Amino acid sequence: MPERVVLLAAALAVVVLAGCSSPPSGTSPSATLATVSGATPGMPGMSGMPSMPNVPAGTSASVTAPAAPATGDAVSIDNFAFVPATLTVRVGSTVTWTNHDEEPHTIAASDGSFHSPGMGSQATYSHTFPTAGKFDYICSIHPFMHATVVVTQ
Amino acid sequence: MTDAPHTMSRRQLIRHSAWFGAAVGLAVVGGEVISHVAGTAEAARVQGRPTLRFAQVSDSHIGFSGKANPNVAGSFDRAIDRINSLGYVPDFVIHTGDLTHLSTPEQFDQVKQMLTGLRTSHVFTVPGEHDSVDDAGQKYRSVFGAGTRGDGWYSFDIAGVHVIALVNTLNLKKLGHLGTEQLDFIAKDVAPLPSDTSIIVFSHIPLFAMYPDWGWGTEDAAQALSHLRRFSSVTCLNGHVHQVFSKTEGNVTFYSATTTAYPLPHPGDGPAPKPVTLPAGKLHDALGVREVSYTRGQSDLALKERTLQ
Repeated sequence: MPERVVLLAAALAVVVLAGCSSPPSGTSPSATLATVSGATPGMPGMSGMPSMPNVPAGTSASVTAPAAPATGDAVSIDNFAFVPATLTVRVGSTVTWTNHDEEPHTIAASDGSFHSPGMGSQATYSHTFPTAGKFDYICSIHPFMHATVVVTQ
Repeated sequence: MTDAPHTMSRRQLIRHSAWFGAAVGLAVVGGEVISHVAGTAEAARVQGRPTLRFAQVSDSHIGFSGKANPNVAGSFDRAIDRINSLGYVPDFVIHTGDLTHLSTPEQFDQVKQMLTGLRTSHVFTVPGEHDSVDDAGQKYRSVFGAGTRGDGWYSFDIAGVHVIALVNTLNLKKLGHLGTEQLDFIAKDVAPLPSDTSIIVFSHIPLFAMYPDWGWGTEDAAQALSHLRRFSSVTCLNGHVHQVFSKTEGNVTFYSATTTAYPLPHPGDGPAPKPVTLPAGKLHDALGVREVSYTRGQSDLALKERTLQ
């Protein structure tokens, strides 16, 4: 059957072009993709790549080491809540937040005046308040968590 | 997008095109070839083949370490294996965000490396709030933002379906947030499309109010959806909530996906959406990947959830 030989050749060509192990015939993707913006977002999958790189199994947890025990005013993060929800301190005080949850949290001022990095479990973050005022903040990962620091003269 | 180191090169693009071209050629004749190779079941499946098939994976949280799942990388590998053993090559795979747990360069590098193990032509992503913890998504976009617009949103057409990928994890106040620039993008993006175009929308945070007290909703979703109201079929796929859930509102159906990392409580079950530790041996029942297929002429997409067990 000459026709079938041609088909097999086509299948082999697909294998070579894909540069990967052959998917079962007829199970290959058939839809073509067009982007509105011109450039293609995302990244090619394995079928579009020359070879499959070995995947390193590197660990990448980056829990910040707990800092020295809080000496100033402290806010605890427990069960997705800031405790106390309102903390009052004097001007110049340093407030330290400690994340007691397994989930990461951040401290992000609503007025943008301070923003912690992502705080893993048991990580701490400190901020010194040089001016008086009322500072609302949220966790930018879980923005339904909100609290306030009131800074008095 | 700025500093995108992984922009597809011209040569890669040509190789891509060649692969697509050859694959289409094979698909036309595939039925007969297969019927002699793999038996009748396979042949029957190929004949009823959908126009578009893709897989959704979500919330891999690479970098998480906790008792709810001490090995999220192992679970994500398992998810990739599931997709690679579907029995066909999906047209693309979408990761709907929270690729990483804490947005570190190492975590982005690891998840990107792992995604290259997916047997598919293309991998798409949208960011989760864990991918934009402290930099408004800059690190995310430096790794995954090539070819995107604005803060990382984009659209494309495939098999007659129009796909829109949204970013609703930046500038959060309480709920997910799209912003005026992105809403304008959506309006202009769909303006030229005929109303019988099937629309698929990807976002991390749900575009419906699944449980606003835990941030499981998007404050300006109604404006986005207003631009999609005239279309007969709109399907929104999201992650974030780590559990399968669906809801239909008018012409729009929403599907929340499960995670490959760890389960979260059902809405309102307990004080907070914190990781749930399941009894030994039960975790992989709660984790999974999703198959989605679309057949031209049918308004609804077909979804199949597969656990990692």
